[in-house]
Amino acid sequence: MRTAERTARTERTSLVRDSALVWFASGIVGVSFGAIAVADGLPVWAPVVMSLVVYAGSAQFSAVGVLLAGGGPAAAAATGLLLNTRTAAFSLAVADLLGPGRLTRLLGAHLVTDETVAFALAQPDPARRRAAFWISGLGLFAVWNIGVLAGALAGGALGDTATYGLDAAFPAVLVALVLPALREGPAVRRSALLGAALALAVTPAVPAGVPVLVALAGLAVYGRGRGRRTA
Amino acid sequence: MSATVAMMLALAVGTYAFRLVGPVLHGRVELSARVQELLSAGAIVLLVALLTTGALTEGGGFAGWARPAGVLVAGVLAWRRAPFAVVVLGAAATTAVLRVMGLA
Repeated sequence: MRTAERTARTERTSLVRDSALVWFASGIVGVSFGAIAVADGLPVWAPVVMSLVVYAGSAQFSAVGVLLAGGGPAAAAATGLLLNTRTAAFSLAVADLLGPGRLTRLLGAHLVTDETVAFALAQPDPARRRAAFWISGLGLFAVWNIGVLAGALAGGALGDTATYGLDAAFPAVLVALVLPALREGPAVRRSALLGAALALAVTPAVPAGVPVLVALAGLAVYGRGRGRRTA
Repeated sequence: MSATVAMMLALAVGTYAFRLVGPVLHGRVELSARVQELLSAGAIVLLVALLTTGALTEGGGFAGWARPAGVLVAGVLAWRRAPFAVVVLGAAATTAVLRVMGLA
């Protein structure tokens, strides 16, 4: 029993340690979102409330960008929604981690983001996946919103976050999290490679958010999958 | 200001609706093992497409060399089973240093 408890605690510590890096990077991006939104003319409450109720970094940046460029609220919301369609697929992939209660499911749904889903799916067993989802999700929500508030209040003190290479950190987080799945599953690898190639090919021609949806066509070469039950 | 509020509300409600798809269907619709496996694979396919387009493109065009170079370093480090922190910081540091050296 004590060994089991200790194992659980060690696992939690390692989940928190790995999440913390994502939290840190997201917090800085949050600061820049708050700063940019206020610098471009929105009142301080706008990015803060938006981050709490929308809670999706790329969609928030794009929607505010369209709005401030004079695109109108409908176009701004549509752009953000198109980017967020993928969260429907992600919520299906992690649906079994959100329960068991009704309230936890409703709360957990709001925490579905790229990083948290990737972090959860990278874990080896269901118990660890569930722990990873909630640790990463709750932490990210807290840090992201504190970051946005700080940025909205402090303004552009941080400068351009591209200087710190933060724009490379996010794809890198996903690389680290999906690589084990790609290494072990030839079918997933095939599908992911085709999907990424398709997404890249259509990127110049279609609105943001559409390329990753096109990537799902890569599943066409998934075949029979891993075939865990051989013969 | 009402335009901002309308945009935020529409985006918030729509996004939450997308996020509810999984929990609402879960337990109500019996998914076969095959469909479950495809959902997991689909999530990985989405994530790989996100990281690829995120690494290489910006606003529909090429993102410049510094970012993909950093992500490539991350790929090599992850392949060699480096710790998570080393992978992520390695990518950011590579990109930052290349930018200091004048590479976009």
